Amino acid sequence: MAIELMLEKWQGKVGELTLGMTEQEGGSRSRVIKLGGQTTLPFLSAEGQIPNRPRLAFEIWDIAPTDWPQELNQVYTDVFGDAYGWAEKCVREYKAEILCIKLQGAHPDFGNKTPEQEAKLIGGLLKKVDVPLVILGCGDDDKDNLILPACCEAAKGERCLVGSAVQDNYKTLTAAVLADGHNIIAESPIDINIAKQLNILISDLGLALERIVINPTIGALGYGLEYAYSIMERARLSALSGDKMVALPFICLAGQEAWRAKEARADSKERGIIWEALTATALIQAGADLLVMRHPQAVEKVNKYIDELFNS
Amino acid sequence: MFVIGELINGMYSSIARAIKEKDKEVIQKCAFDQIAAGADALDVNCGPGSKNPSSDIQWLVEVIQEVTDKTLVLDSSKPQVIDAGLKAMKNKVMINSTTADPQKLAILVPLANQYNAKLIGLAIDAKGIPQNKDQRLELAATIVAACSESGFPVEQLYLDPIVMPVNVGQAQMKDILETIRDFKIISEPQPKTVIGLSNVSQGTLFRSLINRTFLVMAVAYGLDAAILDPTDKELMDSLITAELILNKQIYCDSYLDAYRRK
Repeated sequence: MAIELMLEKWQGKVGELTLGMTEQEGGSRSRVIKLGGQTTLPFLSAEGQIPNRPRLAFEIWDIAPTDWPQELNQVYTDVFGDAYGWAEKCVREYKAEILCIKLQGAHPDFGNKTPEQEAKLIGGLLKKVDVPLVILGCGDDDKDNLILPACCEAAKGERCLVGSAVQDNYKTLTAAVLADGHNIIAESPIDINIAKQLNILISDLGLALERIVINPTIGALGYGLEYAYSIMERARLSALSGDKMVALPFICLAGQEAWRAKEARADSKERGIIWEALTATALIQAGADLLVMRHPQAVEKVNKYIDELFNS
Repeated sequence: MFVIGELINGMYSSIARAIKEKDKEVIQKCAFDQIAAGADALDVNCGPGSKNPSSDIQWLVEVIQEVTDKTLVLDSSKPQVIDAGLKAMKNKVMINSTTADPQKLAILVPLANQYNAKLIGLAIDAKGIPQNKDQRLELAATIVAACSESGFPVEQLYLDPIVMPVNVGQAQMKDILETIRDFKIISEPQPKTVIGLSNVSQGTLFRSLINRTFLVMAVAYGLDAAILDPTDKELMDSLITAELILNKQIYCDSYLDAYRRK
């Protein structure tokens, strides 16, 4: 007798978000990228649809990072401090399909760049490269409330993904994202209850749920990855059972977290790359839709892994 | 919880009048109010005063379908009225209800199959309301067996243990709650469970309080669906909170609001 698989019937669906806007729609990106839209848990394709593959974005900075390990510095040292050059290197040399620019230079402790400077940078970046853009603030709430609206305006009509909104500071960014047609990152500190609450608060301001991406906050391999994994899994199970308030794509800053691990920074060629790649692949299994990464070889490995998952 | 709004029922004078005068705005507003309050489906019952229930239920179905695509629950003890209602259906549909009587099962189970409808099965037969848990389970098993034999999917069957008014059948309340849990062991795949909630408080002084207390207890026993008044805000809040405590939705400070936006 043939074995009959017990298949779960899901009623919910993860929201599908569109990143980037092409010329036909009024933007200037060469492509749009869709995230989410699943009706099943990661890679259980017998139970539902997985219309969009996980995507990888290259992380670039507006200033030269001072705390990146040698292994990363070697790759990017020629473009540190030159965001346009860095962006072009990632797109031309490493075939980046999404760029994530972190505006660290706006932080009061890291250069205190003005909103005008950052807006000009974003405007210029959009002219230099034609891939969809993720824009991250510097992490200082007061300063982000000044620079991010200016950057949203400079990128108006390009349908970027901008973040991060947090529970105590989401109104200014939500208003800017709404006004200029972007998507928003809602960030919570490895806390599913706050993640859900923040999505409600943001949608209360009139932003459609289809324009929100959850940053659940992650830990790297060996540094709390399993907590992030269980949060993401719980949210996805609830999403597929019909809870629309958590049925949104995930963004994970895999590179940032992996390269903080002391094992990744140890003086061993390749270990950091493997640390970043393994952190990312585990997060993909947890349901990550967009991963922000740093090392081109880690990106290559993870892309290969995604290819294999989708071809098998 | 699958919430079925009970208010479109001809036993309410405003609905009876609207049916008689074919005042569709009253019906549509009643449908809209219940959905806004969190109903997943709407019960449709012409009431005892209807002279021509077959055409009345068709009219009700048509005017409600103009304003919503939610499931409609055709509520009549007469199979020919259900049949008439089914002919007018475009939305998803649930039949309310069959009993364990063979002649009713013979008509309504095939109809449910034909229209891809969910089916409510009452644990009752021509002999009357069962008096204990064993009788309820026996009647339910009869209904499950009839469904299985006709190829009707048992997971689309909603068994109703028959809720008695607390001031009539006080000694049976615990049995009724346990029956909700035990219906699940009748078959695999499991049947679902439903109650007509408001009956529990018939003739009592504190109707709303009794309704919501019983509902919370029934939810704890695994109830899947209830026919109730969704515009009773405290009732719905209690239901949502009961489901929260059973880990059926993720907590957040706005969990009541989140549920209503589902």
